[in-house]
Amino acid sequence: MTAPATVSIKNLRIALPRSAERPFAVDGISLDLRAGKIVCVVGESGSGKSMCAHALMGLLPDTVSVTSGEIQFEGRDLLKLDDDGWRDLRGRRLAMIFQEPMTALNPLMRIGDQMAEMFEAHGLLTPRERRAKALSLAREVGLPDPERIVRAYPHQLSGGQRQRAMIAMALALEPAVLVADEPTTALDVTTQAQILKLIRNLQRNRNMAVMFITHDFGVVADIADQVVVLRHGKVVEEGPAATVFNEPQHDYTKALLAAVPSMDPPAREPLDDQARAVEVIGLDKTYVTSGGWFREDRRVDAAREVNFNILKGETLGLVGESGSGKSSVARLVMRLIEADRGTVRIGETDLTSLTGRALRAERHRIQMIFQDPFASLNPRRKVGHIIADGPIAAGTDPKVAFDRARDLLKMVGLDAGALERYPHEFSGGQRQRIGIARALALEPEIIVADEAVSALDVSVQAQVLRLLEDLKVRLGLSMLFITHDLRVAAQICDRIAVMQRGAIVELKSTAQLFAAPEHAYTRELLAAVPGRKRAPAA
Amino acid sequence: MKQFWKSMLRSPSGVIGLIILVLAISVAVFGPLLFPNSPWRMVQRPFLPPFTLSTVPLGTDALGRDVFAGMIFGARVSLLVGLVSTLVALVVGVPIGAMAGYFGGKVDDALMRFTEFFQTIPSFALAIVLVAILQPSIYSIVASIAVVSWPPVARLVRGEVLSLRTREYVQAAVVTGQSNTWIILREILPNALSPVIVLASLMVATAILLESSLAFLGLGDPNLISWGYMVGAGRTVIRQAWWITVFPGVAILISVLGLNLIGEGLNDALNPRLSREGR
Amino acid sequence: MLSFVAQRVVKGVIVLLAIVVLNFFLIRLAPGDPAVVMAGEAGASDQVFVKQLREKFGLDKPLPEQLFIYVKGVVTLDLGFSFRQQAPVAKLIGERLPATLLLTLTAFAISLMLGVLFGTFAARFAGTFLDTAITVFALIFYAMPIFWVALMGILLFSVTMDWLPSFGYETVGANLTGLAHAVDVGAHLIMPAMTLGLFFMATYTRMTRASMLEVKRLDFVKTARAKGLSDAVIQRRHVLRNALLPVVTLAGVHSGTLIGGAVITETVFAWPGIGRLMYDALLQRDYNLLLGVFVICSAMVLIFNLITDLVYRLVDPRIEYAS
Repeated sequence: MTAPATVSIKNLRIALPRSAERPFAVDGISLDLRAGKIVCVVGESGSGKSMCAHALMGLLPDTVSVTSGEIQFEGRDLLKLDDDGWRDLRGRRLAMIFQEPMTALNPLMRIGDQMAEMFEAHGLLTPRERRAKALSLAREVGLPDPERIVRAYPHQLSGGQRQRAMIAMALALEPAVLVADEPTTALDVTTQAQILKLIRNLQRNRNMAVMFITHDFGVVADIADQVVVLRHGKVVEEGPAATVFNEPQHDYTKALLAAVPSMDPPAREPLDDQARAVEVIGLDKTYVTSGGWFREDRRVDAAREVNFNILKGETLGLVGESGSGKSSVARLVMRLIEADRGTVRIGETDLTSLTGRALRAERHRIQMIFQDPFASLNPRRKVGHIIADGPIAAGTDPKVAFDRARDLLKMVGLDAGALERYPHEFSGGQRQRIGIARALALEPEIIVADEAVSALDVSVQAQVLRLLEDLKVRLGLSMLFITHDLRVAAQICDRIAVMQRGAIVELKSTAQLFAAPEHAYTRELLAAVPGRKRAPAA
Repeated sequence: MKQFWKSMLRSPSGVIGLIILVLAISVAVFGPLLFPNSPWRMVQRPFLPPFTLSTVPLGTDALGRDVFAGMIFGARVSLLVGLVSTLVALVVGVPIGAMAGYFGGKVDDALMRFTEFFQTIPSFALAIVLVAILQPSIYSIVASIAVVSWPPVARLVRGEVLSLRTREYVQAAVVTGQSNTWIILREILPNALSPVIVLASLMVATAILLESSLAFLGLGDPNLISWGYMVGAGRTVIRQAWWITVFPGVAILISVLGLNLIGEGLNDALNPRLSREGR
Repeated sequence: MLSFVAQRVVKGVIVLLAIVVLNFFLIRLAPGDPAVVMAGEAGASDQVFVKQLREKFGLDKPLPEQLFIYVKGVVTLDLGFSFRQQAPVAKLIGERLPATLLLTLTAFAISLMLGVLFGTFAARFAGTFLDTAITVFALIFYAMPIFWVALMGILLFSVTMDWLPSFGYETVGANLTGLAHAVDVGAHLIMPAMTLGLFFMATYTRMTRASMLEVKRLDFVKTARAKGLSDAVIQRRHVLRNALLPVVTLAGVHSGTLIGGAVITETVFAWPGIGRLMYDALLQRDYNLLLGVFVICSAMVLIFNLITDLVYRLVDPRIEYAS
C-alpha cells in the first residue's frame, strides 16, 4: 500500500509577467513526493519544471506570481506561509541543490563556513560543534581530504567537489524533502555518474523524498522511481519509471523518448578505399599562463601528439570530457589558434604552412558549425548577409551569393524570407540551421561541428542531426564531429577518437568502440553514460 | 533605430537629460544671436544685484559686466570644449583600444603600458601642467583635456574587443575567410559601440568640469569668457556679490547633470538586459 | 603576496621615472629658452640665476646628457630650487605634504563610509521614495564642480551662518596646543574635507547601490535563502561583502581625481598643502616647482593604487589563484 505523500502539489498555477510568450509558466500541475522515492520531473526548456522546484521552496522570482493551487506539507499549505514560516522550513525540512555549483556558492566564504551556516540559520549547535559537523558532512559526501576542503574557497574545488559540498549543505539538517534542480547538467559525464550514485545512496539512507529536475532521459532511467513529463507548464504523462519508459501513452512522451539517441550504433558502410580528406599529424599545443616574475608558469596541455585522418565521406567523432582538448583540437585544425607543432593537411594542401592571403584563399575548404546558437550569429547583421559574407569576401558576385543563400536556406529547411531578418527573431534550432547554411555557403569539403547540437533541446537535436546526416550524404562531405555526448557520437560517427587530457587514448570504428573498448578511460566513459542499463523504448 | 528612441524616451533620466541638453545647445547657438551684447562690455555700475534691472537680469560683476551675457557666451565655450575634446579623445582611444584588444600579445602589452602610464598620472594635475607649459589658449585646453581623457576609452574598447574576439560569430568570420580589417570594422566594433557611446556622454560632462576648473584657476583662454572664469573672478568678492559665483556654477551643474542623465538613459536604452527578462 | 608587492613597487618606480622624463620634455616643449622656463617668472629676471641653471643642467650639452643630469637630480631628491620662494623645491613640498595627506585621507574616509552607507540604504529600499531621493542627490552632487561646492559651502557656512572658518589650517595667532589645537584644526578641516569628499561620496553611493542590486540577483544569494538564513545575515554576509569588491576597485581608479580635487580645494580654502603650492607655482609661473609637485602627486597616486590593489587581493581570495 502506498504511504501518504510527504509533499502534495495540487493544481499549481504560476503566472508569468504580461510581456512573456505565454500566460502561465506552470498551468495546473499536480504531483506527489513520497518518502524514500525519487520523482524525476522531465521536460524541455520552457516546460516549467524549474519553476515547480522553486515554488516548492518559496524561491520564485518576484516577476512571477502563484495564482492558484496548494502545496501540502506536514499538514500545512506552503503557499500560505509568510516569510518567517518559509525561513523556518527552508534548510531544516526542505532543502534544494542547484545546477551551477560555481555560482551557487559564495566565492568569498570558505566551504566549511558555508556549511556551518546551515546550523546557524536555525540556531542550532555551538560554533565548535558546527565546525565538527561540517567536517563529518564533508566526509559523508565523499569529499577527498575533508580538513583541507573545509577551509578552502569554492574556486579551489572542482565542479564535482563543489556539487558534493552543496549536497552536504543541503543534507546538514536532515530534511524530509530534497529538491534537485538539474544538479548534474553542468558536470562531466563521469562526475555526473558519481554524483547520481551519491544522491541515490544518501536518499536511501535518510528515506528522503526527492524531486529531481532534469532534461536528460538517461538520468531519468538511472535514478527515477516515478516520472512526471512536463510540456508548456502542463503534466503530459506520469507514472512509475518502468511504465513511462516501456509503455509511454502520450505522443509527446513517445516523441521525446524516440529523440534520445540510442547507445547502439547503427551499421555503417566501410570507407577504407576512399581518399584522405583531412590528415592531422603530430599536433601539439600547450597553454602557458605566466606566473609573473616570482612564480612558476602554469602549463596546460591542450593537444599532445594528436594524429588522425578523416576519409572522404566519413564522420570522425572526437569525444571527451571538459579539459580533454577536443575543442582545442577542432580550433587547431581550423587554424583559429596556432599549434606549437604539427601539420594539418586538407587533401594535398598543407594548411599549417599557409599564412595571410594564401591561408584565407584555402579556408573555404574546411568550415565550422559552432556550439552556442545565441553567440554564433552576429546580432547586428541580417541573416542574408551572414550567409553571403563569406562568398562575397572570396570574390563571388553579391547577387549570385544572395541567390545561393536563398537556396541554402531552403536546403536547411528555412524559407527565403529569413534573408531579411535578424538572428534574434529565430529559435535556437533555427539559428543552428542558419549556422549550417553559412558553413555550406563556401562549398567546403570538410565540416567541423564543435558541439553543434549540445545546446539544443533533445527533440530539436534529433532534427538537426538528421539534417546534418542528410546534407553530408548529398554533398559528399567529410565531418569532424566534436561532442561530449556518447549517444550522439554513436549515432552519427563512422569512427570515434576518445580524448583525455590532450591525447587520443583510443581510435576505432564506432561499432568496435562500443562493443569492445580497450582503454580503461574509454570503458569508464562508456560505463558512466546515464541510462545505459535501461534502454528506452526503441 | 526606432526601438532605440523608444527605450530612450521610456527612461525618465534620458528624457530630462535630453531636455537639458537641447536647452543648453539652444542657448549656445541662438543665445549670442538674440543677446548680442558682448560679455566684456561694461554696461552698468559694478556689483548690481540680480533681479533688479531687466536689462541685466542676473546682475553685474566687479567691473560692471553683464553676468547674463557672460553665461550665454560661456555656454558656447563650455559645450564646444566639451564636445571637441571628447571627440579627440575618442579618435585617439578607440583605435588604440581596438588594436590592443584584437591583436593581443606584444601589441597589447605595449599599448597597455602606454595607456596605464597616462592613467596613473593624476589627470587634473597633468592638465594644469600641460596648459601652463603650452600657455593657455582654447587649443591647449582642448588638447590637454583630450590627453587626460583618452585612457579610459582605450581601456573600455580593449575590454570589449577582447571579449568579442572570442565570440563565436567573430570566429566564424575568421573561418569564412574575412580580413582582419573587415572583422574589426564590421563584426567587432558595431557590437562594441554601446558602452562607448555611454562613456562618451559621461566624458563630455567630465570635460566641461575640467575646462571650468582650469578656467577657475586662471588657465582659461584669456580671450574667451567661460563659466569657470566667472566663478573664479567672483571668488574674492563673494561676500558682497554672491551672484557672480552662484549663477555660472548653477549653469555648469545643470549642463553636467544633463549629460550624466543622458548617459544613464543611453545605458538603459542600449543595454536592455533588465527589460528583456526571463525565459 | 610579497612577490606581488615587489613587482608593483618596481613597476611603480619605472612609471615615476617615465614621468620625470616626461617632465624633462615638457620643459623643452614650453616656448622659449629652457633655462628661462626653469627659472620661472621671478628667476628669469636674475641673469646670474639663469646662468647658474644653464650650467647646472648642462643646457648647452647634447640632449641625452641633459636628460641624464635631470633624472639623476630627481632621483637624488634634488627637485630644483624655487627662486620666488627662495627655497629648495623638495623642502617646500616636504613642509606641505602632511597637510594634504590629512585632507585627502579624511575626505576619502568620509566619502567611502557615507557613500557605502547611503548606497546600501538605496539598494535596500530600491524603488521607494528614499531610494529615489538618495539617487537624485547623488546625481546632483556628482555634477557639481568642486570649486563651486567649496564656494557655496563658504557662502553658506561662513558668510551667512558663521559656523565654520573659511580658510587656513588653524586660527591664526591663537597658538593652541594639544586637544584644543586638534579641535581647531578639525573645525578648519570639516568644510574642505566635505567639499572634496562630496563628489566621491556620490560616486560610491551609486556604485554601491548598483553593485548590491546586481549581487542580489546572483545564485549564491538564492542558496543562502534556501538555507533559511535571515534577511539581515544574507545582506551583510553574502550581498554586501561581494558588492564591495567593485567599490574597492573604484577607489583605486579615483585616486588620481582625488589628488586633482585637492588642488582646487586647497586653493579655495587656503589649506597649506601641496595643492595650494601647485596653484602658487602656477600664478608665479614657477615651472620647476610646478613640475616638482607634479611628480610627487603622481607618486602619491601610485602608492594609493598599490594600497587599494593590496586590499582587493586580501578581500578576494580568487585573485591569488586565478589563472
